[in-house]
Amino acid sequence: MPLDLNMNVLVVDDFLTMRRILKNILKQVGFKKMEEAEDGAQALDMIKNADPPFDLIIADWNMPKMTGIELLKAIRADPELKHLPVIMVTAEAQKSRVLEAVQAGVSNYIVKPFTAETVKGKLEQVFK
Amino acid sequence: MDAQLINPFIKATLNVLETMAFIKAKPQKPFLKRDNVAKGDVSSVIGLSGESKGTISITFTEPCILSIVSNMFGETMSQINNEVIDAVGEIANMISGQARQVLEGKGKVLYAAVPTMIKGKDHTISHKTTAAIMAVPFKTEHGDFTIEVCFED
Repeated sequence: MPLDLNMNVLVVDDFLTMRRILKNILKQVGFKKMEEAEDGAQALDMIKNADPPFDLIIADWNMPKMTGIELLKAIRADPELKHLPVIMVTAEAQKSRVLEAVQAGVSNYIVKPFTAETVKGKLEQVFK
Repeated sequence: MDAQLINPFIKATLNVLETMAFIKAKPQKPFLKRDNVAKGDVSSVIGLSGESKGTISITFTEPCILSIVSNMFGETMSQINNEVIDAVGEIANMISGQARQVLEGKGKVLYAAVPTMIKGKDHTISHKTTAAIMAVPFKTEHGDFTIEVCFED
């Protein structure tokens, strides 16, 4: 699927700081439709009920109620959602964590701290 | 406490502030901190567990954190509000993550709890253990901040 700036993007992070920084970067890239959720459970509910559906999920790892990795696994286990691109943005840079996310089917992985260029590059890799 | 444990936190602090806020900080001489009164106006504390038990904290003076968060958000922040306090937690989170990655590479696996944030003049920072507290002050052109690292031996 090529990168389309009219895509509907959901940014999931319990810290509003990171939601704000990511949305600023997505705006710079040219995205117009962005929503946000504070944890995985809220995100999953929004994803299942979205109309139009979300085209890209960008999620933190450590969150209350439902973590980012649990959200990713729930998306991949749902026949209706399993092809949805999910990028994880996390401070958890340990190899074991990256491996767990890859095995769960993550589309790409961004380690905090990051630059706007890093985010753009990872988006291009997902939608090449 | 093994003094080498503090170096990954110093490097992570410099990298997080330069990458996310375009601010170059200069670390000053580390010292052993004898009390629990914060040097700054707003702080975040993260408990660490795993192969060592400990705590890291970061405390910013008001002008320093307002400059940092203004740069992170791309808009001027003029007071320590909930958005600024939230950003202090996220900064601590990123420093913890990056330092733990380096420590894992040296065979020391640590897990981090969710950051807590504290605001106010002369607030206190409670470290999880009674071990010595190593403090490292930093200077920036916008003001000062201090990180504290406390690990059981």
